[in-house]
Amino acid sequence: MGEMVVGLYVFVLAALAGSEVISKVPPTLHTPLMSGANAISGIAVIGALVISAQANTPIVQILGVVAIAMAMVNVVGGFMVTDRMLQMFKKK
Amino acid sequence: MDLSFLFDLTYLVSATLFVVGLKRLQSPATARQGNALAALAMLVAIVATLVENDVLSWTGILIGMTVGSLIGALAARMVKMTDMPQMVGIFNAFGGGASALVAGAEFVRIQQMGAPMATSTGLSIGLGSLIGAVTFTGSFVAFGKLQGLISGNPITFPLQKTFNALLFLAALALGAGLSGAFALGGLTPLTVFMVFIGISLLLGALLVIPIGGADMPVVISLLNSYSGLAAAAAGFVVGNMVLIISGALVGAAGLILTIAMCKAMNRSLANVAFGTFGGESATAQVASGDKPVRSIDAEQAAMVLAYAQSVVVVPGYGLAVAQAQHELRKVMEILEERGVDVKYAIHPVAGRMPGHMNVLLAEADVPYDKLFDLDEINDDFQRTDVVLVVGANDVVNPESRSPQSVIAGMPILDVDRAKNCIIMKRSLSPGFAGIDNPLFYLDGTMMFFGDAKVSMSDLAREVREA
Repeated sequence: MGEMVVGLYVFVLAALAGSEVISKVPPTLHTPLMSGANAISGIAVIGALVISAQANTPIVQILGVVAIAMAMVNVVGGFMVTDRMLQMFKKK
Repeated sequence: MDLSFLFDLTYLVSATLFVVGLKRLQSPATARQGNALAALAMLVAIVATLVENDVLSWTGILIGMTVGSLIGALAARMVKMTDMPQMVGIFNAFGGGASALVAGAEFVRIQQMGAPMATSTGLSIGLGSLIGAVTFTGSFVAFGKLQGLISGNPITFPLQKTFNALLFLAALALGAGLSGAFALGGLTPLTVFMVFIGISLLLGALLVIPIGGADMPVVISLLNSYSGLAAAAAGFVVGNMVLIISGALVGAAGLILTIAMCKAMNRSLANVAFGTFGGESATAQVASGDKPVRSIDAEQAAMVLAYAQSVVVVPGYGLAVAQAQHELRKVMEILEERGVDVKYAIHPVAGRMPGHMNVLLAEADVPYDKLFDLDEINDDFQRTDVVLVVGANDVVNPESRSPQSVIAGMPILDVDRAKNCIIMKRSLSPGFAGIDNPLFYLDGTMMFFGDAKVSMSDLAREVREA
């Protein structure tokens, strides 16, 4: 199997597993779920780091740095604001 | 044993932590820990990437990480809970933008090496930049609508759908050309790529402008899903499994929330996307005319509430606009001290994004075990003495049961089945759907007109004395 096909297998299975897990998140936590998903979509930082590490020209380097910054806004902002919300949820 | 195997295992640990973290989000009791696990997963992935790749220059990487982290931390601390939809909107834009940049940078890198591009690489780059760019501009338009920078009304022009469809086809054709499906004449691949990105950016904005402000919860959920798909595509570009897995998780989360929102409004996704419905200022004529309503003041409302055995509160976005959550919680606490059974019924579209109202009430120290969603509470209304509706309208409109209504089939909270219903509202004006609400004219209904915050403070005082 080519690398692409392996990737597709992983993608489909992860999406199915994710759906199973996430569909059981109660509506009361849907906003934190979404901001948490924001943070996880900051995983693009991994791609940006790989690109930046191998950057062969200034243009690629600049694109990489901007991508790192944007993704890190999501990572740090997303996890922090989710934590801020979740600590407000208290039981009586 | 070679090192790359170790790194692959580390990424597997990271991916597993992401899934376990999301699983902990299934209960408010474990959710905070789940979020921390997901953050740990991210840290593991970042460190592994930095160690695995021979970094040529640390300067750019450190600058990017520092600047991004500072902006993110600042935003997370400063944002008001009422503004969460806007924040999620902007973050969707950044996520999509980052993935598009990764795809774009890889394209430029391959071009400059002069190496031929494999079709699979070309395809991933095309998909990553297309979805990423659409998410980027689409999210900014959604942000603008939520923030009031752009009119919340649908913005339309003649042949809009045809034009968008042509743009999409043009983007697909250029993408196929870039992937090596056919020759592109005398144009350099870089020029074609720039045009491709330009079209994708334009498409993102054009797809969101015809959607009304009231439908933004669906739109930001969908864009959330896109930002995940863009990240997964970036994962194919750089060949990293943890990116593909996390991207798939986010894609699934966004899609589930999108479907939940559509169901709550009884609309199909196509209807939301192309229906140009849900403007901020519904102007439909309401024939409320001269039907009599029973109007009460704070003292009368306090009497009805204080001598009830069970009270269910239905908060709508009007409550948050008036910033009356804290006063509401105080009133309910006084009632509970008197022995009244108090519950909160939350409609899925009560706030401006999925679960928004729950966060706003949690911020006002309402315990989460008092919050019930539509399916959990609807059977309770017929055994409820008094329902207090604050700043909500369409979600309690019994018209939805009549097949001719514009909101026919929309799931509502069955508050009209309770013995009495107090509706706290500024006037008899209609909600987003622009239709009259028969609930206002029922025998058991009492209208308590006024600003939610002022009315609620008056109510707190009167209930204390009752």
